[in-house]
Amino acid sequence: MNASGKKTVGLFDIRFIIGGLIGLYGVILTLLGIFNASDKELAKGDGLNINLWAGLGMLVAGVAFMVWARLRPVIVPDDVEPNDGP
Amino acid sequence: MIHTADSTFRLDANAVDYLIVATYFVVVVGIGLMARRQVSTSLDFFLSGRSLPAWVTGLAFISANLGAVEIMGMSANGAEFGMATVHYFWVGAVPAMLFLGIVMMPFYYGSGVRSVPEFMRRRFGTGAHLVNALSFAVAQLLIAGINLYLLATIVNRLLGWPLWVSLVAAAAIVLSYTALGGLSAAIYNEVLQFFVIVAALLPLTIVALHKVGGWEGIKDKVQPGQEQLSSWPGTDLTGIDSPVLSVIGIVFGLGFVLSFGYWTTNFVEVQRAMASDSISAAKRAPIIGAFPKMFIPFIVIIPGIIAAIVVPELVKLKAGEAAGDVKYNDAILLLMRDLLPNGMLGIAIAGLLASFMAGMAANISAFNTVFSYDLWQQYVKKDEDDSYYTRIGRLATVAATIIAIGTAGIASNYSNLMNYLQTLFGFFNAPLFATFILGMFWKRMTATAGWTGLVSGTAAAVLVAFLSEDSFGSASWGVLGLKGQGASFVAAGAAFVVDILVSIIVTMFTRPRDEADLEGLVYSLTPKESLVDPDEVHLPWYQSPPKLAGIGLVLVIVLNVIFW
Repeated sequence: MNASGKKTVGLFDIRFIIGGLIGLYGVILTLLGIFNASDKELAKGDGLNINLWAGLGMLVAGVAFMVWARLRPVIVPDDVEPNDGP
Repeated sequence: MIHTADSTFRLDANAVDYLIVATYFVVVVGIGLMARRQVSTSLDFFLSGRSLPAWVTGLAFISANLGAVEIMGMSANGAEFGMATVHYFWVGAVPAMLFLGIVMMPFYYGSGVRSVPEFMRRRFGTGAHLVNALSFAVAQLLIAGINLYLLATIVNRLLGWPLWVSLVAAAAIVLSYTALGGLSAAIYNEVLQFFVIVAALLPLTIVALHKVGGWEGIKDKVQPGQEQLSSWPGTDLTGIDSPVLSVIGIVFGLGFVLSFGYWTTNFVEVQRAMASDSISAAKRAPIIGAFPKMFIPFIVIIPGIIAAIVVPELVKLKAGEAAGDVKYNDAILLLMRDLLPNGMLGIAIAGLLASFMAGMAANISAFNTVFSYDLWQQYVKKDEDDSYYTRIGRLATVAATIIAIGTAGIASNYSNLMNYLQTLFGFFNAPLFATFILGMFWKRMTATAGWTGLVSGTAAAVLVAFLSEDSFGSASWGVLGLKGQGASFVAAGAAFVVDILVSIIVTMFTRPRDEADLEGLVYSLTPKESLVDPDEVHLPWYQSPPKLAGIGLVLVIVLNVIFW
């Protein structure tokens, strides 16, 4: 990603943070949907295993954010002085 | 059947749900800490150094508005009035957002002002500026308190903590990231919050639709009948009996005056677009935000409508029977309680908390900018160095949060009072829009006309509210047969018309400002090049503001036709 020698913002990119959190939620929900889908739990959602489906959906969304951030990294423009904070 | 017919129902969360919510809070505070490393000037703190891409500011734009009032209030309206609630989105928001992007944003961004009140000061001088800055700052403190109160209510329902402990804990989290990272932290969190809110509400909508039997199921079961599923003429929503007048009220009152007033002059929203990295990105921000805004009704209003069908307490409430303390405002919470299994319940709770924090952080970050630049720097201490104002901004953030705890306490005791105050502050927006639009396109308009127009327009709205049946509750006199939303529409319309008339008349008798002072602030005195980026004509269609706005306009018309 750094082939051109330009600085990227790396993990600080908000897309990695969004992808990470939504993806983690996806993992938790998918596992619950597979291993914790008792009849009582399912009855609440009227037979629909919402944990499983929402979990898979979030996994896909999380991965999509990561891929987007990898493929189109934010480049820090050269004319901006890097800030080390106060 | 067992009814838990009181307002203290609990959400049945378990360890996994808590883990999900706790993870969310860790990430939120983490963003605040990381954003702090980027803050080195006051412009960084207050406007994110004007460096954010359009999709980020666009989503933050919409997320700042996706607070408690939006989610709880609009799902409650959905439960009570049905599909007519979409007018708040498709008529009352999207056209104004597109207008802000295309027409007004170039002036805000191009003139280099740091806040909406600052634009007011440069165009009309300090009279109108002081009115605008003060009313805005006070309104933000009040609304932050309402958001905080609702946030604490969820924590209270969830954990069973006393309300005041929940209030302080919730305030501390919002404070930690807004004070550390300034607007960048608030905006990055708003973008994250947007996705968490969608992750919470979309599955809830899917389960609810599954439960009720899809759109056909809603059609069969919605009470009192299928007229709840068509958006026009919306007589229940407006409280205006005549269908023709109701449509006029929605189109002009809500669609034109109220919504243009809110979206184009409200610094909470405009601040997000001002943080963009170029003029064309600043124009795109509200336009990009308009697209998710069009589809939010499907995950907010539809669950509300279904809640009124499947939640026993709400069915009773809608049928006019005794339903205990349950209110329409509880629609989403009750639906979560009845339909979501542990796991998804945790996501939904995180989503609601995210929404209320987004709302409150937006109020606080807009407040601290206006307080520091427009009140403190302008009227108290003028020529300090830049780091001084960043410090003032942090202090203002702390003070605003503490005051919000106080206003939240008032909100918990006097909920009607808060409603009336919100109505009152809503009245500042309509004349603001009139003054801005006149001032941007009519160079002769004078400074005196600026503040007299504002004051008389607001006074007209307040007068109509007193003359109506219930705008100020029992304090209203009931001379005019107007009530509910219809009364607000008429009040806003009166404010707009009176503001325009007074501004024109006063301008005729006062001296216009020197034209050299108005460059960049008035259309005819601004070189056209300074309103667009040099490369704007070469942008692909998906980055060109006018083309995107055109697509948005067509889409919103199509949606209106489908759900006629």
